[in-house]
Amino acid sequence: MNIVERLEAIDRRIIFVLILLAVVLPLLFPIGFKIIVSEPVQGFYDAIEELAPGSVVLISSEYDPATMPEVYPMNQALTRHCFARDLRIIGMGLWPQGIPLNQASMEQAAEEYGKEYGVDYINLGYKVGGIVVISAAAENIPTTFPQDYAGRPIEEFEIMEGIKNFDNVDLIVSLSAGDPGTRQWVMIAQGRYGKKVASGVTAVSAPAFYPYLNSGQLEGLIGGMKGAAEYETLIEESGLGTQGMDAQSIAHGVIIFFIILANVFYIIGKRRKK
Amino acid sequence: MIETVGTWIAAFLTLCILSFLYKDNPFYKFAEHLFVGISAAYWAVYEYFNVLRPNLIQPLFGEGQFLFIIPLVLGIMMLTRLLARVGWVSRWPLAFIVGTYAGYNLIAYLQSNAVEQVRATLVPFIQVESWQTFFGNPGAITFLTAIAVPVVVVGVITGIIYFFFSKEHTGIFGRSARIGIWFLMIAFGASFGYTVMARISLLIGRVYFLLHDWLHVI
Repeated sequence: MNIVERLEAIDRRIIFVLILLAVVLPLLFPIGFKIIVSEPVQGFYDAIEELAPGSVVLISSEYDPATMPEVYPMNQALTRHCFARDLRIIGMGLWPQGIPLNQASMEQAAEEYGKEYGVDYINLGYKVGGIVVISAAAENIPTTFPQDYAGRPIEEFEIMEGIKNFDNVDLIVSLSAGDPGTRQWVMIAQGRYGKKVASGVTAVSAPAFYPYLNSGQLEGLIGGMKGAAEYETLIEESGLGTQGMDAQSIAHGVIIFFIILANVFYIIGKRRKK
Repeated sequence: MIETVGTWIAAFLTLCILSFLYKDNPFYKFAEHLFVGISAAYWAVYEYFNVLRPNLIQPLFGEGQFLFIIPLVLGIMMLTRLLARVGWVSRWPLAFIVGTYAGYNLIAYLQSNAVEQVRATLVPFIQVESWQTFFGNPGAITFLTAIAVPVVVVGVITGIIYFFFSKEHTGIFGRSARIGIWFLMIAFGASFGYTVMARISLLIGRVYFLLHDWLHVI
């Protein structure tokens, strides 16, 4: 068996081990590759920066623990950015599992910036219905969400004073890992009500939302852990996104190496057979 | 204490699932079955407390809003799928859902995903400002920005030509369709690249959990 045949028959578990090492070693011994901020993430950041202190940002969490490594760092960076700029946050979600994640993120940021629940932020919780919930909230938020995520009447909270519908919301951010999510927010909140919408999505779904960015339907877009790392760079906070970028880059390098290697040996093997 | 126990259980189950990469084994099977069982129970409870109770049971039986009998009947009709002889009844609530959803979505979907996208391609082919920026500051990024609009327009037109099957793909039409294929292939490649990135991110998330939350080495 020559080298080409040996490499063609390589045990895939060797590749798994190499990928694992490519992820583990950079996490243990960080390299610190430079993170260059892309235009879509800059647009997202600028959309927050443009808001005056006291403005209301509605963060809708449409993700779950399965997509946490990608979306949760964005959630953390976003809530920190909002509180650093003295913006008020209304949390809600079209996915039930996104509610506690957004709540944890807001609580952590609130502790860091001395913000108070019910005054500076609130979590309205989950409501079933996807696109219908967005339409209903656009017309009347208190009717759509009469209670917060813990079942307390929202009239009790200072932050909800004067908040009737989307006219009282300055920016909508959808942190989305699928449907219902960013697409529905663009269709209803942006398309029908003309609201500014920005989004953070998983890397798998990011290519589907670039057309919205190109057409101006989205103010900005954060795609996957890489996007989260860029956003963390902008707000000068190091989170999981930044910490994971070395591992991501090395792992991508290993995968690219194997793709090239496999193609080279495939071509050589094909020629030999001829 | 509870948190520590939870972390150890999560770490054990993570390793059980990852052990499948070596080969199928009882630890993987255990974690897989546990996941399926817990997920089913979680969703059953969640659906009851977040969907059925607030949207049907409470308004109908708690507040006496008898209009909610209609969704109750439609829901029961949907369950007739479980009985072969009367399974056809479930088509009615299904038709109601499809009709309502289609009607509700049609305009919004068309506006956001067709009209707005077409409008985004109806821009000057030559972006004078972008070219001025390129000539003032020549570089890869400024060049790519300058040619962005032509690339989008050519990509859209040739892509549509590829999907036009009422004319044989020969001559200029065929060559345009071939360019369309190239655009599609590049789009698929970019999409696949993003997918790889997503999967690696998930692995990083798990490894970070093991090293940071469980072993405390980072």
